Amino acid sequence: MKAWLAHHLHSLKIAAEQFRAAPVATLFTILVIGVAVSLPAGLYVLLGNLERAAGGVKPQAEVTAFFKEVDEAKARALAGSLKKHDDVAEVRFVSKSDGIKRLESAGLAEVAAGLPENPLPHTLIVTPREATPAILESLAARIKDNPDVERVLVDTDWIKRLAALMQLGRDLVGMLIVVLGVALAAITANTIRLQIYAQEDAIEVARLIGATDRFIRRPFLYFGGIQGLAGGLAGWALVIAGGRLLEASVAQVAAAYGSHFHLAGLSLPESGLLLLLSTALGWLGAYFAVGRALRQGG
Amino acid sequence: MSAQPLIEISEVTKRYPGGHEALSNISLGIEQGEMVFLTGHSGAGKSTLLKLIAAIERPTSGHIIVNGQNVGRMKRPALPFFRRNIGLIFQDHKLLYDRSVFDNVLMPLHIQGVIGNDAARRVRAALDKVGLLNKERARPITLSGGEQQRLCIARAIVSRPALVLADEPTANLDDAYARDIMDMFRAFNEVGVTLIISTHDQDLIGRYGGRKVTLAYGKQVS
Ligand SMILES: Nc1ncnc2c1ncn2[C@@H]1O[C@H](COP(=O)(O)OP(=O)(O)OP(=O)(O)O)[C@@H](O)[C@H]1O
Ligand SMILES: [Mg+2]
Repeated sequence: MKAWLAHHLHSLKIAAEQFRAAPVATLFTILVIGVAVSLPAGLYVLLGNLERAAGGVKPQAEVTAFFKEVDEAKARALAGSLKKHDDVAEVRFVSKSDGIKRLESAGLAEVAAGLPENPLPHTLIVTPREATPAILESLAARIKDNPDVERVLVDTDWIKRLAALMQLGRDLVGMLIVVLGVALAAITANTIRLQIYAQEDAIEVARLIGATDRFIRRPFLYFGGIQGLAGGLAGWALVIAGGRLLEASVAQVAAAYGSHFHLAGLSLPESGLLLLLSTALGWLGAYFAVGRALRQGG
Repeated sequence: MSAQPLIEISEVTKRYPGGHEALSNISLGIEQGEMVFLTGHSGAGKSTLLKLIAAIERPTSGHIIVNGQNVGRMKRPALPFFRRNIGLIFQDHKLLYDRSVFDNVLMPLHIQGVIGNDAARRVRAALDKVGLLNKERARPITLSGGEQQRLCIARAIVSRPALVLADEPTANLDDAYARDIMDMFRAFNEVGVTLIISTHDQDLIGRYGGRKVTLAYGKQVS
């Protein structure tokens, strides 16, 4: 146990020596990794905030149904039954006569008077509890099933557009994670490759006097992992700093719309995942680099 | 001691990539506890034979058994553990110039998981044996040729191997130091260490009178 610990401490010491041998280059690499990490992380945060903001705007998505020439009682019955539906928040019924009165009070009394008879149908305006395209469409379908309904109007376009944009954003985050993750591993592999090059003699001698591959690999893995972790921290800090910078202007915009909006950063589990991932990728890059060198060493 | 020799070399040929045949059909048995001098002209194949025994090179044909293990067919993961039983003294030293004398000697112990005071004590004992105790903090590059050679010996013996392969350990030494080192080897041999020592120095062999194996152009001549 003590020997095991000493071994790992020794590997850490060697990793630290590697850092001391090239502090500027290492810090630069860490910064590059930080930027690579901050891109998907920043976009992810931005997306989360947008989604929250969009939810806060409470879209006025409604389903409007126009009845055929039917009795008001029949139309009101449908309104009553819709009210009981789980997805429905509110149902407003506008009868033929209410419709005309509205027209008149809107200053169109002359127009209304000029009409031979009331041409307006009974109308239902249904507000769903949640304005997702799926719910709106199922509600519309349900209303359309009623034989007394002439026509149903739904405006889901902008919600669909928003949902599609969000999906695009999420796909973009996923793509960035993959691409920049590979870049992170490759950057680390390159750093380690240079270190191995500088350590060629030591590696050769170590092998000749009985070092296992694990023994040789370990300090490089530590270095790669720690560099990845440091890069992850740098990326995390960049995201947080970016959020701070935007906070004031976001608050101003929100105030202009008469709302409070607080910019959210990364949650603790999200931050943890970010650091874990960047550490693991650094480790992986180092593993590949050393693996290649060891195979070439015969 | 045992029926089977410690090292058994049978019909070994080594051809390097490029076609040069460094060793041709060598057969040789070395018992546990022997001290063997390997001699021959430059390019005769002495280093090659030592490298084959340590599994640094593999034979083109024939086989080498060390301690019951077929060295030529040894799998990669087994190599480190095999090499830990051998003290290697390289013709070109292979010292590491980016660390101290002490750390050079510490390396084999470290690799085997010996650490702390125990390791430090053994490193100093080995350095003491080769007369370099007062130089433990020095860098190898500041040592003379002979001192570097002795450092190499210290590194080879620090883990107390049962077999020592020494490739021209006295090449850079004046007579007095060469004798010191040979006395040291004989002392190891007296406590049971098997040694194979390659050398050009016929006087030295005459003086110590161990078994002599002579190579010429890759062939065994005696
Ligand atoms: N890695 C190699 N690749 C190709 N040829 C080699 C290699 N190593 C040695 N040789 C050749 O094999 C022959 C034997 O070399 P070796 O080093 O075993 O000789 P030696 O007896 O140790 O010589 P010296 O006394 O000069 O050290 C030489 O002709 C040498 O050129
Ligand atoms: Mg030689």
